[in-house]
Amino acid sequence: MIVYVARRVALAVLVVAGVIVLTFVIAHLVPGDPAATWAGPHASAAQVAAARRYLGLDRPAAVQLLGYFGGILAGNWGLSIHTHRPVLSDLAAVAPASLELVTVALIIALVVAVPLGLVSARWPGRAGDQAIRAGSILGVSMPIFCLALILQLVFAQRLHLLPVAGEYSPGLLFSHPLTRVTGFGLIDAPLTGNWPMFGSILSHMLLPAVVIAAYPAGLLTRMVRAQVLDTVGDAHIQMVRALGFGERAVFGRFAMKLAWNPVAAAVALVFAYSLVNTFLVEAIFDWPGLGSYATASITSLDTPAILGVTLFIALVYVAANLAVDIFQAAIDPRIRLR
Amino acid sequence: MIEAPSTLPTGGARLPRGQTLRRGLAANPLLVVGGLLSALIVLIALLAPLLAPFPGDAGTATHPFLVLRPPSAQHWFGTDNVGRDVYSRVLYGARISPLIAVAVLAIACAVGIPLGVAAGYFGGWLDEVIMRVTDIFLAFPPLLFALALAAVLPASITTVIIVIALTWWPWYTRLVRGQAASVAGRPYIDSCRALGISRRRIIFRHILPNSITPLIVQVSLDVGGVILTVSALSFLGLGAQDPTPDWGLMVAEGQNYFLTSWWVVTFPGIAILVTAFAFTLLGDGLRDLMDPKRIFLR
Amino acid sequence: MRLAITGLQVSFGDRRVVDLAELAIAEAEIVGLAGESGSGKSMTTLAVLGLANTVGARVDGSIRLDGTELTGLSQREMRAVRGRRIAAIFQSPALAFSPVFRVGSVVHRALRLHGMTKAEAAAAAQRAMRQVLLPPGLLDRYPSQLSGGQLQRVAIALALALRAEVLLADEPTSALDVTVQAEVLELLRDLRDQQGMSVLFISHDLAVVAELCDRVAIMQDGRIVEQGPTGQVVTAPASPYTAGLLAAVTRLGAGGGR
Repeated sequence: MIVYVARRVALAVLVVAGVIVLTFVIAHLVPGDPAATWAGPHASAAQVAAARRYLGLDRPAAVQLLGYFGGILAGNWGLSIHTHRPVLSDLAAVAPASLELVTVALIIALVVAVPLGLVSARWPGRAGDQAIRAGSILGVSMPIFCLALILQLVFAQRLHLLPVAGEYSPGLLFSHPLTRVTGFGLIDAPLTGNWPMFGSILSHMLLPAVVIAAYPAGLLTRMVRAQVLDTVGDAHIQMVRALGFGERAVFGRFAMKLAWNPVAAAVALVFAYSLVNTFLVEAIFDWPGLGSYATASITSLDTPAILGVTLFIALVYVAANLAVDIFQAAIDPRIRLR
Repeated sequence: MIEAPSTLPTGGARLPRGQTLRRGLAANPLLVVGGLLSALIVLIALLAPLLAPFPGDAGTATHPFLVLRPPSAQHWFGTDNVGRDVYSRVLYGARISPLIAVAVLAIACAVGIPLGVAAGYFGGWLDEVIMRVTDIFLAFPPLLFALALAAVLPASITTVIIVIALTWWPWYTRLVRGQAASVAGRPYIDSCRALGISRRRIIFRHILPNSITPLIVQVSLDVGGVILTVSALSFLGLGAQDPTPDWGLMVAEGQNYFLTSWWVVTFPGIAILVTAFAFTLLGDGLRDLMDPKRIFLR
Repeated sequence: MRLAITGLQVSFGDRRVVDLAELAIAEAEIVGLAGESGSGKSMTTLAVLGLANTVGARVDGSIRLDGTELTGLSQREMRAVRGRRIAAIFQSPALAFSPVFRVGSVVHRALRLHGMTKAEAAAAAQRAMRQVLLPPGLLDRYPSQLSGGQLQRVAIALALALRAEVLLADEPTSALDVTVQAEVLELLRDLRDQQGMSVLFISHDLAVVAELCDRVAIMQDGRIVEQGPTGQVVTAPASPYTAGLLAAVTRLGAGGGR
């Protein structure tokens, strides 16, 4: 197993290196001359040349790449044009809110997907199955920015059931200010005993989380259904039936246990995918996370910020996949005992 | 959109004919619905100029006195913020998204398939290199990569096509490579080689046809995903520009008026949903049909 | 007769795969059901367990366990019978155990399902493992860590721990090599002698059947063509089909019996 994990880690490192290189390439696809932009519209040719030297743009591409690489590893991810702060510290500030949001969304998605997938697999081909399959395809076909707008209109603005936008009620800023420990509101609030804040954050999180959960819910329902149906004809399922276990245990405990492996892998994949989906949703709900930051960066053509976000999410994706690989190796006897 | 390859039919699966096909269709109502819907959308796209009551509204026409009218007999889907008929624009939008999707997938296949076949057939260091490169590309969720590129390039439909195609090809390379590798490893390929059949012949007559089956399913499943990605990019302002009647763009333009004029956002949104839904349904049904051990015959 | 099967018919739509006029097993008796592959032997096992519908088959006829008619029971009532009163072991022990569960986990769950407390289950499992001559520590292993023979013995231990009255053994030794096979057969004899279990031994291997079973029934295309004490059937077959099967066997053990 050690060998397996070591291989996986090495591969992940390689991919990360490649991701950084790719980001560098994208950064240099910006049309126009960065030196000229930096120096300003009225700069003389000599000043532009000096700018080029200053920015290190006169050095060969390979050297620039190395410099970029070193910079990334050292924590220098550039300066954001629209916040005037280092991109990395911007990311540190906004990432927790989105990571929180996506985690809650995935929990919602799993809570929906596992039972529905099991029901679908237990009575395949019947009306319930067809409906669940149609529903899950609906989930993955949903343009979530539309869903966000519609849910916001219906539940917040028309029915007044849920808050319209923001991370928490503005009033709480004065009555129960939140002391940030980890950066994650849902962890910090209970940690400091700030229950009104906790409730407020939860209620504000609900709509965006549901919107983001639509795609994972659809995907995971399909996965659970497919994986469970795959095992249903196996000998060990018949054996468990022959031992007297009811169908609910047969599907829910025995067949499902086999399904967790591929489902876990799908969760890692969909985590990063959902992080990107926050770009489409956070601005609508004024949720102060990565998505709002990214949308603001796009609008202001803040290339360093955009690339910083891109790099960050790619790294999260690689890390998530690695984590799932290691997790699977740890608990799945088929891998562990190879 | 991101389907685990293990759930796709293997290279040996074939499209059933005749009786089996009929039974498969009967037991698979979702496939029929998907197929009909997709055909309907294609039809609408083709007939848009005939079906739209205000074809000019899909272009540069503006009607300052008809701004933000709710749905009525005259304007079935209401009018937008410059008075254009939403219904006509939605109809014309059917020409844009699927067209972009076709272009994207064609390019992705054109790049991805040869690389995949090469990696699978030749193996060795070529395989390693290609696979590492696809690994790196695949570390970016599709929308993200497209977004990063689109943000640095000028916003237009062409950009969108190129950018999404660049994001998509690695999936197909992966897929085809797996199939090609397994086909290339079969004994009868060795026999072909021993008989002196040219490499080119082997690749085109044997490897390629047998590797394509799961790809067909994946492509039809991906149409929906591409359409969603296109609309997302347009929503963020990185794709089609005004006055193009792109659905994502329409939602973006309408969101500021959404509170009072729900129709400007809802109808293009439904159009995106229905289109993505139809093609994904079709792809899903096709996969069921082609999988030899599917239980739909029960 | 502890298990009495009368007029059993198992069909897939119009196609009838099993048509048993009569088959019975007494207490402390091993009855063999022999025949070629595809003769409907395994379907009989599924039918007795009430699981024929899981593969899409329909069952008609009578299956009586100690006088209780099984075919009319509800699913819930049948679940109390399965495992607890009628146990089954299958051909491929490596496939019969779920690869992601420890072997002991399945055993414990089954025992607790049928009413034992945690302590009772643990004790029963340990006892049963020793009865099949396996170290109880093997229960902590995964199926991939045990050999086919060991897994089959765990399956038998499970039947023992549950104190089943009837054991349906569907080709239990076909996937094992000869030396291991002998051990499993010995275990089955012990079940009969020491626990008084009724065993239905299904196999396509007539030699093994002849060696182990007290009585034997020969199956062809879903029908029983001959039935009787092993010694009689083997030495003086009444049916030409049986004679043909016997002629194909190169080695015969001494007739079954104690």
